[in-house]
Amino acid sequence: MAFINENTNNSAVCSVDQYDMLNVNVTADQLIDLVDVLKNKQGFIYLTDICAAHYPEKVGAEFEVIYHLHNLIENQRVRLKVALAESDINIPTLTVHFVGANWMERETFDFYGVNFVGHPDLRRILNMDDMDYHPLRKQYALEDETRTDKNDTFFGR
Amino acid sequence: MVKVVESPEGVEGQGFFATSLDKVIGLARANSIWPLPFATSCCGIEFMATMGANYDLARFGSERLSFTPRQTDLLMVMGTISKKMAPVLKQVYDQMAEPKWVLSVGACACSGGIFDTYSVLQGIDKVIPVDVYVPGCPPRPEQIIEGLMKIQELAKNESLRRRDTDEYAKMLESYNIEQAK
Repeated sequence: MAFINENTNNSAVCSVDQYDMLNVNVTADQLIDLVDVLKNKQGFIYLTDICAAHYPEKVGAEFEVIYHLHNLIENQRVRLKVALAESDINIPTLTVHFVGANWMERETFDFYGVNFVGHPDLRRILNMDDMDYHPLRKQYALEDETRTDKNDTFFGR
Repeated sequence: MVKVVESPEGVEGQGFFATSLDKVIGLARANSIWPLPFATSCCGIEFMATMGANYDLARFGSERLSFTPRQTDLLMVMGTISKKMAPVLKQVYDQMAEPKWVLSVGACACSGGIFDTYSVLQGIDKVIPVDVYVPGCPPRPEQIIEGLMKIQELAKNESLRRRDTDEYAKMLESYNIEQAK
């Protein structure tokens, strides 16, 4: 499943295999060129998903933006991971290569606050427009903070 | 044998029947409730089953469903309402003409259900006044029918002046709903 080991390009790109899926860790600068090669030369023409993860314990690389690409003809998938620090949470937008990245990046921005540089319309997509925080970051609780009627004894607290 | 609704008490004679207006209007309203199925999630599927031939909501007078609030009496909210959807729900409620009733079907519409999260509205009674709550996750069609029957009782026994009273106006104000005059 992971025979695409010709890491086709240039510089320091490390790749790790987990569950037979190729994971490639890149930096934000290398991302666009790597996706260019993967899409135009290697046939990864389908962007499955863009999401993010928040690791507050990894100081300096708290946010990880994850791209899943799929080669439909050879049935190969690859995962690209870009680590971003909380202080500089900017990453170039993938809308130059995939039109579908538009809404996926808006969702990632909505929930994690990742700033996609060059995105045509970066605003919230699933949450309310007047929400002032990014809910899936680890410091925010899942529960609705505005409830007044929760009796703690029933909730086992 | 088709069962027809009982007529109210009144004075009957050759060619006329005299009874109180309240009772006749109540009877008419109760037995011809046209619902608006505001079905968002799984409870909507249970509602589809309720409208089907097996449980048949149409025999209670709800033959004509409509997805436009302008022509309906009953807003049936079935399913999880997210906070982003709440203003839309309020607008749909505002567009309905009086007299109108609201039936909240399912745990999510009644109180947020199991989704105690930042994105789910914890009960539609945070934005619109609700007449009958049907709990369940999802409630069986029989329970939805019972909810409708309770609305029928409310419609039948409601005073004709209720929507004009100060109490009603105050209640709507507490929800920040402007009463159309």
